[in-house]
Amino acid sequence: MTKSSYTKRTDGRKFDETRPIKAKVGIVPSADGSAMFETGGTRAIAVVRGPRTLHPQHMQNPEKGILRINYGMMPFSVWERIRPGPNRRSQEINKVIEWALAECVDLDAFPNSVVDVFIQIPQADAGTRVAGLNAAVMALAHAGVPMKEMASAIAVGKIDKTIVVDVDKEEEDYKEGEGSTDIPMCFLSRSGKLALLQLDGKISIPELKEALKMAKEACKKINEIQIKALKESAGSEE
Amino acid sequence: MMPTIQKQRIIEYLKEGKRFDGRQPEEFRDITVEMGLSKNAESSCSVKFGKTEVYVGVKLEVTEPYPDSPNKGNFMCSAELSPLASESFELGPPGINAIELGRVLDRGIRESGFIDFEKLCIKEGEKVWQVFLDIIAINDDGNLMDVAGLAGLIALAHAKLPVYNEETGKPEHELSDIDLPLNKEAMAFNMTIHSINGVLIVDPSVDEEELSDFRISMAIADNNGEPRITAMQKGKETAITEGEMEKILKLVEDKHKEMFPKISKLVWGK
Repeated sequence: MTKSSYTKRTDGRKFDETRPIKAKVGIVPSADGSAMFETGGTRAIAVVRGPRTLHPQHMQNPEKGILRINYGMMPFSVWERIRPGPNRRSQEINKVIEWALAECVDLDAFPNSVVDVFIQIPQADAGTRVAGLNAAVMALAHAGVPMKEMASAIAVGKIDKTIVVDVDKEEEDYKEGEGSTDIPMCFLSRSGKLALLQLDGKISIPELKEALKMAKEACKKINEIQIKALKESAGSEE
Repeated sequence: MMPTIQKQRIIEYLKEGKRFDGRQPEEFRDITVEMGLSKNAESSCSVKFGKTEVYVGVKLEVTEPYPDSPNKGNFMCSAELSPLASESFELGPPGINAIELGRVLDRGIRESGFIDFEKLCIKEGEKVWQVFLDIIAINDDGNLMDVAGLAGLIALAHAKLPVYNEETGKPEHELSDIDLPLNKEAMAFNMTIHSINGVLIVDPSVDEEELSDFRISMAIADNNGEPRITAMQKGKETAITEGEMEKILKLVEDKHKEMFPKISKLVWGK
């Protein structure tokens, strides 16, 4: 087997090292819950509104409340301006984040209701859906939505043959050798279950195993940061 | 929707010249500015008046000029009022409030002559810069219009042109050190005056906005210390009497004196 051409990360990080992470809750006063999650040049904000009555009525579920995600990138978050409003990509992201959070939140006590989560990306440098998911989990907890456990997400990449944690844009655009494979993942904090998994690129089974292991480790660290931010906010609310 | 009793209270308070948050009727909330929301924007900032917050970003693209202005750049200002910012906003295409907000600010900036559109021409009739000003409401606690207006001025004042590649005719993914061409002395700030039961107020809260009988939004420039209005829009159903209009114009003169230097300092840093 030939060696990987990607032997050193462009920003000097270790292969299993995330970018500098910042997390904060309570950033939007009018919301029921809100949070900011930043890793390197990627920043996400999430706002939770609800549980509230779902309209139109025919969408209501009399068994339990439903969770609705709305993800979007701000027009100036990337170099080529994005037209505001939903697109195919954002709608798919809404759905995979919704699925990822389905086992976390417990909306059994809220029939006919909806919990809306709004995720916005002011600045993007790859990994926006996982940053958005991390912010969403914090915002849900901040809003006091009943949760069975927390969730943390990370994008692991295979850059040529090297597995790295928390891929940035430069790595995502890597063209040499086998190029770049992007694997966003989300792990539940207590059960350790995998709640989101996507991949594009190419990868072998042993490499994927390695990626899963590294993602799980990184998510443990992210979970600690999320909980720390939530604890810091408790008692400091206005 | 607020309860009737609260509406009555707000009106009674205002009769005595008082507001729920302790401000005078003609007093703005504290203003805070944070620069650099996105490294991918030509310029971006967040501005808060009290708890109302907006994010604003400037992006530039190379495009064709409009046939009626072959030697001038283009400008578009649009606002997004998503349910992220308020319980009362809904998902979907921009509603009338977002459209009005974008258009009123667009006219204020355009008509004041703040942006030097001729200097945004790259090749007459063929290539010009298009300036996008995108406004995103983050938290609505009233007066999004004026908050967004100030954020727009600050973002434009700090924007740099991308590097233009003569060979490809496209911008590089890199900013130059050339400022967005502006006529600094033409800067006009946005101020909205509301009338509640005959009392004029500025910088309303959400409840005050709901209660107001009419509002007037203005873009106000400076002409040797005197206000020069460059755009105006009256909103809501109630019509304005002659006496009220006189009071409004007096208030514009007073607030211009007080606010123009403050706004200039926030925009230019001096």
